[in-house]
Amino acid sequence: MQVQDLIDSGRFKVISLGEDRERELTTPFCCDLLSVAMGHAPSGCAWVTVMGNINTLAVASLADAACIILAEGAALDEAAANKARMQEITVLGTEEPVFEAALWVWQQMKGQD
Amino acid sequence: MEGIVLNYTISPDDFTRAGEASSDVKRKLKQLGVSPEAVRKVAIAMYEGEINMVIHANGGEITVEITPERILMILADSGPGIPDVEKAMQAGYSTAPDEVRSLGFGAGMGLPNMKSYTDDLKIETKLGVGTTITMEVRLE
Ligand SMILES: Nc1ncnc2c1ncn2[C@@H]1O[C@H](COP(=O)(O)OP(=O)(O)OP(=O)(O)O)[C@@H](O)[C@H]1O
Ligand SMILES: [Mg+2]
Repeated sequence: MQVQDLIDSGRFKVISLGEDRERELTTPFCCDLLSVAMGHAPSGCAWVTVMGNINTLAVASLADAACIILAEGAALDEAAANKARMQEITVLGTEEPVFEAALWVWQQMKGQD
Repeated sequence: MEGIVLNYTISPDDFTRAGEASSDVKRKLKQLGVSPEAVRKVAIAMYEGEINMVIHANGGEITVEITPERILMILADSGPGIPDVEKAMQAGYSTAPDEVRSLGFGAGMGLPNMKSYTDDLKIETKLGVGTTITMEVRLE
């Protein structure tokens, strides 16, 4: 399952389109505390969070997440939206809670195995 | 020894720029062909140190030395210093103020991440004078 498959699913609002959309997802990962995510987000994860500030983008890029999914209708503030464009990170959005969004990604990943 | 030296000045309280030095180092290490695992370790450890300088120490200076053997990060600030280093190193310990906690900081995991993602971490600190953190990631 690739980042592009998440985009194509139509299930998410596309907030920012990143560069490496052919990247394989390793797992969904859920956490809102930045340094916990920094320490534990697996490389290539779809990071599901409600934090849409610029630091989320920095952590996603440095911890090497494949994309960000903003749950609960969370939005990017303007500085974060600029950063997403600059760092070329794919950011998707959903009204769903964190668990439901992550579970859906997980189920799709398993379905394609 | 021949090596590459990079220098960065970190501005205090500027969250819109925080992480830029770490991102730049990440990009340069990638270009140099450093292994993805080592790049990731450096990126994570340096970001935690960089953001700590922004939040806790009024900014500072970061020097990164790259040789084929190792990547050395030296983070020097003139902030308040760390009263109890052992306590600060504990997972979950944080003095982060509420306004940065609301951004997602303050889990008290930054220093533990810096330790676990590097091969060596040294903290020199003096109250009222500042803190210098030296971290090393060894390469093959
Ligand atoms: N450069 C520094 N100067 C002064 N104090 C520091 C510095 N770096 C860390 N500290 C102190 O050590 C504590 C622990 O740091 P650590 O990075 O582990 O957690 P945090 O920054 O509070 O939260 P997190 O990193 O999880 O967002 C800080 O809350 C602060 O009191
Ligand atoms: Mg910290």
